[in-house]
Amino acid sequence: MTQEAEAPLLRVEGLARHFDVSPPLLNRLLERRGRVLLKAVDGVDFAVRRGETFALVGESGCGKSTVARVIVGLHAPTRGRVLFAGTDLARPAPSAERRRLRRRLQMIFQDPYASLNPRWRVRDIVAEPLRTHGLCDGEGAVRARVDELLGEVRLAAADGDKYPHEFSGGQRQRISIARALAATPDFLVCDEPTSALDVSVQAQILNLMKDLQRELGLTYLFISHNLAVVYHVSTMVGVMYLGRLVELAATADLFAAPRHPYTRLLLATVPDLALSGRARAPLAGEVPSPIDPPAGCAFHPRCAYANDRCRRERPELRQAGRSRVACHAVEEGRLPAEG
Amino acid sequence: MPEPLLAVEHLSVEIPTRRGVLAAIDDVSFAIEPGEVLGVVGESGAGKSITGAAIIGLLDPPSRIAGGRIVFAGRRIDDLSDAAMRPLRGKEIGAIFQDPLTSLNPLYTVGRQLVETIRVHLGLDRSAARRRALALLQDVGIPAPEQRIDHYPHQFSGGMRQRIVIALALAANPRLVIADEPTTALDVSIQAQIIALLKRLTREHGTAVMLVTHDMGVIAETADRVAVMYAGRIVEIGPVRAVVKEPRHPYTVGLMGAIPALGLRRERLPQIDGAMPPLSAIPSGCAFHPRCPKVFARCRGERPELLPVGSGAAACWLHAEALGKRP
Repeated sequence: MTQEAEAPLLRVEGLARHFDVSPPLLNRLLERRGRVLLKAVDGVDFAVRRGETFALVGESGCGKSTVARVIVGLHAPTRGRVLFAGTDLARPAPSAERRRLRRRLQMIFQDPYASLNPRWRVRDIVAEPLRTHGLCDGEGAVRARVDELLGEVRLAAADGDKYPHEFSGGQRQRISIARALAATPDFLVCDEPTSALDVSVQAQILNLMKDLQRELGLTYLFISHNLAVVYHVSTMVGVMYLGRLVELAATADLFAAPRHPYTRLLLATVPDLALSGRARAPLAGEVPSPIDPPAGCAFHPRCAYANDRCRRERPELRQAGRSRVACHAVEEGRLPAEG
Repeated sequence: MPEPLLAVEHLSVEIPTRRGVLAAIDDVSFAIEPGEVLGVVGESGAGKSITGAAIIGLLDPPSRIAGGRIVFAGRRIDDLSDAAMRPLRGKEIGAIFQDPLTSLNPLYTVGRQLVETIRVHLGLDRSAARRRALALLQDVGIPAPEQRIDHYPHQFSGGMRQRIVIALALAANPRLVIADEPTTALDVSIQAQIIALLKRLTREHGTAVMLVTHDMGVIAETADRVAVMYAGRIVEIGPVRAVVKEPRHPYTVGLMGAIPALGLRRERLPQIDGAMPPLSAIPSGCAFHPRCPKVFARCRGERPELLPVGSGAAACWLHAEALGKRP
């Protein structure tokens, strides 16, 4: 495959991000308690090739948004590194060079109500990256570029003179996308970009994102909890559970032949709109706290195939068919094929 | 035909504002039979939650009922005073809301809240009420209820809290439960558990449910019939299978098409252009006409009522044409 030969645009290696959630020092001393670490992300590896849409999927607290935030530099990694176009983004490189790389990597947030400054006109919101990075010569050029960007997200140039509150949720998300595109990125990190939107508006935004990807040659890291949306937009999928990847596969493979028991559980919980009569499998149990994750495989308390090894030894991602799966049962071949 | 448990007839709800009175609900009629699950689906601002709030008499002022009637078990309830409504609420009509934290008092243990509800509505003594509370917690799947009954709401996870809210709503054996986005705040794997629980308990108790949600998937799995709302009106109502498989109103068709589905990968999702109009600018005629791919002259000038089509009804002039009812 020629794609294999090409170096990935983004590579995440052994990435971990821990948060110190200890009680205050005085309480620790008086109550003789130690430090408490929340391991939001604990050893994640993946690579995203140019032009691809890589989806990270999982339930609340699985660490998918933390991965996104580390990649764009909103959090520093505790361990591991993020290589963008071959350069470690955390390593002190010459600042001009790092700034140039950072510009190529932009983010779209979930809540279009919180991510736009309500006191700024849309024109200024979209122009901010142009001014910050000095991408346009003079205010005339800024104006022309903002009009062009608004056009790219199918808004009218006249919308630039309005304030965010004058727009619906879907239109605000278009403004967020225009602002991200202003920096002429080639990589967009999208953290649940349609989760706050109604389905008909979600369809508009997903279509727009696909159009832009084709027109501008964008690469997406797409964070979502919605498997149907992930199925629709992505080319590769990483399934996360309690800070680690449990399965990594091409979208077609993952949905045709899910291997990890947690992936199977997630797929079984997608509501059935075809009314095929398939009962949703309401699996018992909840996601445990990442402050005190279960030993061995973090999924073992909810897993029907767990044995002693699963309770003791943490599985690593290993090749299984065309997918990569972190599961002892899959590795040992004692997991039944899904019918 | 048996008398419906709940009949909503020509209900209108208005919101007075500085710039005039807005019609949030405009002439909505539907009925729920005993033991039936009616799904009410629509996007933000369609008026589905306000419809539920109007029925249990919990409209946020200054919103008010401007017309129509709500009849529950043969008795008109839309004109009851707050004092007359209170014994009905909880006892006859239970409620489950999206955020379980707003339905639970953070200062009381869940046991105290359950016991109080049971004693007020069923008149049991303290120990009998506690026994019933324990049985309810067991029923909704709280592990080790003897210990958990004395815990506070913050000591439970989101899914467990929603189970407790369901226990509270069912504590007095109501005949109708209004569930407003009961699973929206929950993760998908927990959502499936809560839906299964709600289905099982309401079937066992013979409770009717009005299930308000934006999620067609939840409706498809849970409801017997579904009403689709748009801009304060019902645009389509019918058996859930018919509406999901063969939607008749162009809005329902667009809504169903816009949902990404597993197993059917398309380059683009069919999309409805534009957005639902704000209450201050509801278009003339059919409110959907500016976005409708099948719009024709009559839609712009004349508002369609629900017309029978197939096994349900749709408020769309296309079906008047088909029926040959054009005046």
